[in-house]
Amino acid sequence: RMFSTYPQTKTYFPHFDLHHGSEQIRGHGKKVVAGALVEAANHIDDIASALSKLSDLHAQKLRVDPVNFKLLGQCFLVVVAIHHPSLLTPEVHASLDKFLCAVGNVLTAKYR
Amino acid sequence: MVHWSAEEKQLIASVWSKVNVEECGAEALARLLIVYPWTQRFFASFGNLSSPTAIIGNPKVRAHGKKVLTSFGEAVKNLDNIKTTYAKLSELHCEKLHVDPENFRLLGDILIIVLASHFARDFTPACQFAWQKLVGVVAHALARKYH
Repeated sequence: RMFSTYPQTKTYFPHFDLHHGSEQIRGHGKKVVAGALVEAANHIDDIASALSKLSDLHAQKLRVDPVNFKLLGQCFLVVVAIHHPSLLTPEVHASLDKFLCAVGNVLTAKYR
Repeated sequence: MVHWSAEEKQLIASVWSKVNVEECGAEALARLLIVYPWTQRFFASFGNLSSPTAIIGNPKVRAHGKKVLTSFGEAVKNLDNIKTTYAKLSELHCEKLHVDPENFRLLGDILIIVLASHFARDFTPACQFAWQKLVGVVAHALARKYH
């Protein structure tokens, strides 16, 4: 959804098959959400420690511009809204948004 | 001038035709005030904003949300002329209301999430693309007359 809504995000994946439903997208989405986000949520009081290696990776190798974490966050919230509209109360929405921002901040914390 | 493809126009019109402006507007503004509490700074005169429940039930919030989304409808009706449509509103938000344009972007993103929760799978990626484009154009037009 992020690649469709914000095509500029595709520039970070020139090596991927980016057709809707591609195995690579499914795999990477799983890594990000089921992997990193779940890890962060399970260590919510110390996300920086939990994602320290990922933070290094993004700073040294991936160098994804910080603005893109907000874009992915927006798409994540949209997907949650689509699949679980009754779960996404305003309070849950606020907490999730805050959480996603915190994760983005951790991942870009070592950029400079 | 912004270029809209026929598909984008159709996606925007189709979603808008099914929007309950009063409900969606109220929900979007309430969520803005809850998710980004600092936005409450513009609404000191609205009374009780002390909790999500208070905000959601606040009649001034509901009324203002409806007003804002009704105005948004003008953009939907004038896709080829959004800049002109919002020229006076832009001046108002700058000179009288003193609203940081970043808030237009925040509200736009919240509106998208509200639409997604109402339209579910019908809010396809193509739909989101068209609507993110629209809220971006509206935000830009509202910021255009700032000085």
